[in-house]
Amino acid sequence: MKQTKIRVAIIKGIRTPFQRSGTGYRDMMAWEIGRYAVKGLIAASGISHEDVDHVIMGTVAADIATTNVAREIALGAGLPHHIPAHTCTAACISSNVAIINGANLIAGGGADAVIAGGVETYSDAPIKISKKYRRFLLDLTTFKKPKTLVGKIRLLKGMGLSDFIRPETPALSEYSTGLLMGENNELLAKRMGISREEQDRYAALSHDRAVRASMEGEFMNEIVPLVPPGSTAPITMDNGPRADSTFEKLSKLKPAFDKNYGTVTAGNSSFLTDGAAAILLMREDKARALGLEPVGFIRSYAFTGQELVDELLLGPAFAIPRALHSAGLRLKDIGVFEIHGAFAAQMLANIKCLESDSFGREKLGLKGKAGEIDMNKVNTLGGSLSIGHPFGATGARLVTTCCGRMKKSGAGFGIVAGCAAGSLGNAIVIENR
Amino acid sequence: MKYMKAEIAGNNILVITIDSPGADVNVITKAMMEEVSSSIGIAEKDGTVRGIVIMSGKKDNFIAGADLEEFLSAEKEEDILKYITGGHAILKRIKALKIPVITAINGSCMGGGFELSLFTTYRMASNSPSTFMGLPEVLAGLFPAGGGTQLLPGLIGLTEALPILLTGKRVRPKEALRIGLIDEVVPAQGLREAAIKRADLIALNGIPKKRPGKIKRPLIIRALESTSIGRKIILKKALAGVMKKTAGLYPAPLEVLKSVSYGYRHGMEKGLAKDGKTLARLVTGAVSKSLISIFFSMNRHKKNPFRDKPAKIEKLAILGAGLMGTGIASISLPVCGTILLKDSSMDRAAAGMKQIWDGLMKQVKSGSISRFEAAAGYGRVVPCHDYSGFKNTGLVIEAVFEDLNLKKKVLRDMESNTGRDTIFASNTSAIPIASIAEGCKHPENVIGMHYFSPVPGMPLLEIIRTSRTSNRAASAAVEFGLRQGKTCIIVKDGPGFYTTRVISSFLMEAGILMGEGVPVPLIDRAMVLSGFPMGPAALMDEIGIDVALHVSRVMEPLFSKREIIAPPFQGFIEKGFLGRKSGMGFYRYDLPKKKGSRIINNSIHEIIGKMDNDKIKPEDIQKRLTLRMAGEAILCLEEGIISSPDDGDIGAVMGVGFPPLLGGPFRYADSIGAAALADEMNKLRDLHGNRFQPQNILLAMAGKNGRFHRA
Repeated sequence: MKQTKIRVAIIKGIRTPFQRSGTGYRDMMAWEIGRYAVKGLIAASGISHEDVDHVIMGTVAADIATTNVAREIALGAGLPHHIPAHTCTAACISSNVAIINGANLIAGGGADAVIAGGVETYSDAPIKISKKYRRFLLDLTTFKKPKTLVGKIRLLKGMGLSDFIRPETPALSEYSTGLLMGENNELLAKRMGISREEQDRYAALSHDRAVRASMEGEFMNEIVPLVPPGSTAPITMDNGPRADSTFEKLSKLKPAFDKNYGTVTAGNSSFLTDGAAAILLMREDKARALGLEPVGFIRSYAFTGQELVDELLLGPAFAIPRALHSAGLRLKDIGVFEIHGAFAAQMLANIKCLESDSFGREKLGLKGKAGEIDMNKVNTLGGSLSIGHPFGATGARLVTTCCGRMKKSGAGFGIVAGCAAGSLGNAIVIENR
Repeated sequence: MKYMKAEIAGNNILVITIDSPGADVNVITKAMMEEVSSSIGIAEKDGTVRGIVIMSGKKDNFIAGADLEEFLSAEKEEDILKYITGGHAILKRIKALKIPVITAINGSCMGGGFELSLFTTYRMASNSPSTFMGLPEVLAGLFPAGGGTQLLPGLIGLTEALPILLTGKRVRPKEALRIGLIDEVVPAQGLREAAIKRADLIALNGIPKKRPGKIKRPLIIRALESTSIGRKIILKKALAGVMKKTAGLYPAPLEVLKSVSYGYRHGMEKGLAKDGKTLARLVTGAVSKSLISIFFSMNRHKKNPFRDKPAKIEKLAILGAGLMGTGIASISLPVCGTILLKDSSMDRAAAGMKQIWDGLMKQVKSGSISRFEAAAGYGRVVPCHDYSGFKNTGLVIEAVFEDLNLKKKVLRDMESNTGRDTIFASNTSAIPIASIAEGCKHPENVIGMHYFSPVPGMPLLEIIRTSRTSNRAASAAVEFGLRQGKTCIIVKDGPGFYTTRVISSFLMEAGILMGEGVPVPLIDRAMVLSGFPMGPAALMDEIGIDVALHVSRVMEPLFSKREIIAPPFQGFIEKGFLGRKSGMGFYRYDLPKKKGSRIINNSIHEIIGKMDNDKIKPEDIQKRLTLRMAGEAILCLEEGIISSPDDGDIGAVMGVGFPPLLGGPFRYADSIGAAALADEMNKLRDLHGNRFQPQNILLAMAGKNGRFHRA
């Protein structure tokens, strides 16, 4: 993007409070959660609806009733119907894709201003009836429609009682390998030799940072409080971070995936989360003309695809060096890191890889390691482990927090990175002048 | 034909599309009726026509009713009678046709349009949210003489018909189908084709017996309605309801009941003939004249008088999420993109959000909006407790506590958090806008927007300009009010502006009467009997006695000059008698109601003293209170607070409950005559003091037989 004349400015980012699934947003549909972020963004940035040209939202577990959830969100936020909207999906980097889609739309001249972000709810996850029962119902009502009773009874052939009772629960597993994300993380921890203690210490640090940031009002500028329909109780802050998630407490938990030899627990993994986030992207010259003060600019980005077992969770380690390369920057130039870490082990593994000479040589084609990373620059306000991880919304949260931290610290460059199911990676380099 | 198009469609179905040239809605005129008559003639003569469909060419309207102006231009009773009998003849011809006639209704179907449908074989309505049916005649002091009272009870049953006939309430398609007012609901998009198909089917097979969606009414009700004794019971109960609501001051609903009863006894033919005569009598009566003058005046107030192109308010902020704030937010949902609802804490803002949500759910239930529209409307409101989202807000309306310093503070805060052009409107009911604007950066942006409670239900918006308010701000405020569906009057700044001055005169005079020992129920009853929606004591209980006292303090600089002293109600506050909200005021609200009447709070005698002066005649109470209000209104005109008697009438009737049957203080003054009114005031002044001094403009008028309104 550095080649193009049009620079894409990040004007502002807003998110809803993130809520553990089944709590604050349990009765809301995804579009309802998403529109608060978009509406809050419009209110806070002070732009007119007419200044928005396109809305792009990422989501993972789409509700069949609102498959293009971005459109319902745009309409539900009061945006005029002539503003188009589309939904994109790429697992945990869905909103990273939305943001880069939006940036490219602007850079390519297709839009002057785009709202990009994402939404997720797991409070109402689609639980399906058994495959056999589905087959029976579809044949009965749609495909075969037998006229006689005998014909109808014939459709029951091969079905047992449990097929009617036992549902299929949605699994967070890798389709091609059949492994659960947590099992994959367990393998990664073992392969990279990341101890239980390291993981628990990192998880405790993440909670501690998030609790402190929340108390000190660090998120005031990025969270829009909301009141669920029909309720009188406002939701004003994240309910993920826990002050009592200390190292001592975390070390008492039992392993979740490998009961005998495992190190990955519920405590050093992220939890199911509901929430939405959105950012406003705009041509730099238009932003100036409207008198808006950008909080950052998109300097470069990279998407990567990796091998499906051993490299599944290493997206950042692959994508960060590539995005830096196209920005003409080195790791040491980066003042702010916002890296999505669904698991403590995964987070630590990515750092290890970036600091490893052999990884740099073998996987990245560099002369040695990508560089050293100062952990005091990484996720200093907490991360997905503590704040939560609404799959479709995390990338937009990271960009917002990254810009906020850059502004506060005066850092010239920041980087946002994440990995996703399907073994994908993404990194976005942000500059602030 | 000018007003309609008649064409043959489908299998010899005559489609009559009513489409008045150059108008948004169809109104029934003589010329239109002639064209309807000749269209019916085609069907009568041409044996090949198998059915008729009557529909409208307008977007959101079937027929809005009769052309009132044309109708009222008939000077004599016999002209009106001729007009209505002409209409009856056409309607009867439609009913007598051997072929099916289908009314296909999309949009508003009112008055004569509604009645036309009653004479047809089959009624279809579109499912559009803008479709509704109603008989608003009673609201104008008239009466549905086009067959409404004769045919509606037979169609849907007496108990369902009476509320529609008596209150002018609107019925939406879902409800209309349920009670059998319409036979079928179809999508608006295919209404014409569906109606043609239905006409064809009925011509072939007759009217379908099964009406999906229609409920079966309880057997006991049907049994009651089927006997004359049963009907008498129902009608008697309805009469009692009307008397309770209107004190018998409005003849129209009483005539409705008589007509329904007559129709049952003598049949439609005779009933219609009698209805025509009744209508002719009502039209020329004083009550109907007053009500119609209000109706026309409301229409005149639908235009923005400013030539400046008003700024469109896309982003609105409301300060204060109480009853007023949430009410204003609710009616702004359809006209704003973003609404910030700010209060001092998120919890307070959230309580306001619940109010907004509950209001939306009611609208969903009534069918006026869809579930998604409600959800999206709710999503337009952003609750907050700080000014962080206020950038580029077009209009800020404050509805915070009535405290001058607090209002000045929120204005200052707002100015430092919004743009140079943001308009600031105060919803104060009495505090002068200029004193709120004192010391602010941009007094040209400050204006008053005085909404009335409950905001969604009260039609008036009083807009207050200070000497420094810009035309830009005033024009934007008026435009915004009009888009919210309010009737706007623009008044000059001063304590209590216009409406609060008028209502304060009413309340203070009541206080003086109480001080003279006149019992509270006597005062309240006298005023209700003269057409006020409630008496002054009951009204103070509703608005809060603390609020009323605060207002009287604001009014003091204005009123004390004329020796109007606020009644000594301070003791109410000390005892915690604040009105309904505290359970006790002049009346008790903590006890179960006694057969509909309020229970007096006997402890008030410890504050006011003995109240045993029950010799006073109700007419004297009525005269003193009504003349104080009228006098204050006239003084407001003299001082230029209001710019016309028309504004004064609309403001008093819609804002403070001045009896609509009197048409407003200025029409009331005209009906008495300036000289006679000045005389009355002089008499009262001699008895009760200077507050009854006739105003200079009234005295000037009295000398030359003048009037406020043109005759």
